[in-house]
Amino acid sequence: MTAHQIIFYCLAALILITGLLSVTCPKVFRSAIFLLFSLIGIAGLYFWMEAEFIAAVQISVYVGGIVVIIIFSIFLTEQAGKETRSIHPVRTVFAVLAALLGMILTYLTVLNYDFVESNEAFDLNIPRIGNAMVATGEGGFSLPFEVVSILLLAAMIGCIVVAMRSSITKPDEKKLTQSITEIDEA
Amino acid sequence: MIPVSHILILSATLFFIGMYGFVTRKNLITMLMSLELMLNSVNINFVAFNKYLYPGKLDGIFFTIFIIAVAAAEAAVAISIIINLYRTHKTIDVGAATELKH
Repeated sequence: MTAHQIIFYCLAALILITGLLSVTCPKVFRSAIFLLFSLIGIAGLYFWMEAEFIAAVQISVYVGGIVVIIIFSIFLTEQAGKETRSIHPVRTVFAVLAALLGMILTYLTVLNYDFVESNEAFDLNIPRIGNAMVATGEGGFSLPFEVVSILLLAAMIGCIVVAMRSSITKPDEKKLTQSITEIDEA
Repeated sequence: MIPVSHILILSATLFFIGMYGFVTRKNLITMLMSLELMLNSVNINFVAFNKYLYPGKLDGIFFTIFIIAVAAAEAAVAISIIINLYRTHKTIDVGAATELKH
C-alpha cells in the first residue's frame, strides 16, 4: 500500500465518520461542528485528486461561508444546547433500511460497471479555468456563468425580502398618520 | 493507484448518509445540513469522473463550481426562511408548520 492509497482511506474514514456523526448527533451545534470536519475532509479529498482550485473554493464557500451561516442561524434560533426531537423508532428502522438498500444497489451498479480510465495527465491550471469560464465558443461556459450570476442576485434579493422584519415599516406609518393628523389640526 | 470505483463508493455512502439524516431529522437546520452532505457527495463524483475518465476536459470541474454556487444560494434562502419561521412559530421543528394542511 502506497502513501497515496493510505491518505485516501484516511480521508474517506474522516469524511464518512464525521458525516455519520453529523446526521445522528442529537445536539444541533455539535452536528454542525461534525459537518465542518466532514467538509474539510472533502476539501482534503479534492487536494488528493489534484483539483486544488475546487479545494480552495470548497474551503472558502462551504467551510468559511455555509457552515458559518448555519452556526449563526443555530444561535439566532436559540437551539445551541437543545436536543432535537427524535422520530418514532419504527420510522428510524425504515430510514436505515431505505439507506442500506440504496447503498447496496449503488455499490452493485458501480462495481459491475466497467469504467474506462484514461491515461492522460490531469492538467488543471487556474488560467485555463478562468479562460473557459468566460469563453463563448467550444468548451466555454459563459452562458451558465451568467445564469448562475442572475440566480445569485435573485437569491440575495429573495433572502433580504424573506428575512426582512415587517415591523420596520410600522413606526414610519405611525409617524405618517401622526403628521397627517397634525396637518389636519392645523 | 486507487480505482475510480472506490471514490464512487465513498460518495455513494456519503449520499445515503445524507439521505438518512434528511428523513430522520425533524429540525430544519439539521435537515439543511444533511442536504449539504448530499450535494457534496455529488461534487466528489463530478471531480472524480473529470480526473479519471476525461482528464483533458473541464466539464466536471465547472459542474462542481456551479453546484457550489447554487448550494450557497440555496443555503442562504433556506436560512432566511428558517429565521422567518422561528419568528412566527418560535420553533423550527418541521411538525410545527402545518398551516397549509388545513
